Amino acid sequence: MITSFPKLIGATVVTLKLLSASLFFGLFLGLFFAILRLNKNIFINKFAYGYSYIFRGTPLLVQIFIIYFGLGQIEYLRSTFLWVILKEPYWCAIIAFTLNTGAYTSEILRSAFQTIKPGIIEAGKSLGISSKIIFYKIQIPIAIRQSLPAYGNEIILMMKGTSLASTVTLMDLTGVAKYIISTTFKPIEVFIVAGGIYLFMTFIIHNLIKYLEKKYSFQQ
Amino acid sequence: MELLAFGKTGWGDELFYATLMTVAVSITAMLVGFFFALIFTPLKLSKYKTLNLVGNFYTTVIRGVPELLVIYLFFFGGSGAIMYVASIFGYFEYIEINAFITGSMAIGIISGAYSTEVFRGAIQSIDKGQFEAARVLGINKFGQFYKIILPQMLRFAIPNLSNVWQITLKDTSLISVTGLVEIMRQSYIAAGSTRDPLFFYSFAAILYLLLTYVSMKLINKLEVKYSRGY
Repeated sequence: MITSFPKLIGATVVTLKLLSASLFFGLFLGLFFAILRLNKNIFINKFAYGYSYIFRGTPLLVQIFIIYFGLGQIEYLRSTFLWVILKEPYWCAIIAFTLNTGAYTSEILRSAFQTIKPGIIEAGKSLGISSKIIFYKIQIPIAIRQSLPAYGNEIILMMKGTSLASTVTLMDLTGVAKYIISTTFKPIEVFIVAGGIYLFMTFIIHNLIKYLEKKYSFQQ
Repeated sequence: MELLAFGKTGWGDELFYATLMTVAVSITAMLVGFFFALIFTPLKLSKYKTLNLVGNFYTTVIRGVPELLVIYLFFFGGSGAIMYVASIFGYFEYIEINAFITGSMAIGIISGAYSTEVFRGAIQSIDKGQFEAARVLGINKFGQFYKIILPQMLRFAIPNLSNVWQITLKDTSLISVTGLVEIMRQSYIAAGSTRDPLFFYSFAAILYLLLTYVSMKLINKLEVKYSRGY
């Protein structure tokens, strides 16, 4: 139990890297698709809806496998510069996680944009603020505040999702835990240590979101 | 398309049975989850702090730890634990548990944690007056729960339970690591022997989309049924 601890801590770094990279890219992707969802053009709207429907309706494991095993099959891709990225399991995992969390984030942000009262936007307009500034300075900050609790859940779900990186040969926390279990046959001890690390991360994320919620709440 | 033909030439029938297996595992896991929810929801709502603690421990740990890790615990630790119990009773032979049972137990425990939270929320959203009125009318505890609380609770619970069902359905794809032949495992086998992973994994994605779509339609009907009168 004690000897496995340093190995698992080292693997936690991989998990955290995967998590932060996919959340970073996923947030932009989510914001982009949330804006598309609010577009009045029915084709753009349907396209964004289709994206989020497909990525939320299929297991993350399928998405990783399609990107890691499936895309390598296309001959054309192998000849382009994309192949440099797609042959690495690390980048494949990040792409899959980004697309997945982007779909969930776009739904969270869309509902946050839709709950903004029209009066606030009208107030901005009547003050003579241009619609671009209304969007960046009024709508986005309010939407971020509205979506914080749901986004906190999404971060925790994504943290658990990164465990799937172990299925494409990446040695993240779950991957190392599985390796130690299968070499030492001590599943319960390893589960306690690895599970403890995950719980600790959940605890920190949970409290961080709580702190942010308090900091950015409207009523002081 | 000949890859999907039924019979010996294609993978159609294999994938069809695999889909049935996914549905079977999901339903079993969901029922196992309800069983756990039935035990832990009263614990979470109990007046006693210690019982609360036990209930909270279950839901926090299971919801905070990746599903894959729980499955590995069951896969590697399951038969060991059963053999340990058996050895107390004087049985020392090797016991292997069926992948179906391990898988649905592991997913069931996970889905149970989510169901517990759903039921707790649903019970708490029922007006206190309902409990008091039932008691005043002299209805016994059993009748109170089954005739008064449960029907009202389901109205609140069904939309959230449908989310739990979706999560459970998608989580069953993770059991493929233990070798149970469901959609994901079957696609893996087919992709390996035909060297066409893109096609088979995309097809698996379509099968999952189909399953979530059909189950959503069915659940919506249930939702309408239980929100009569509102």
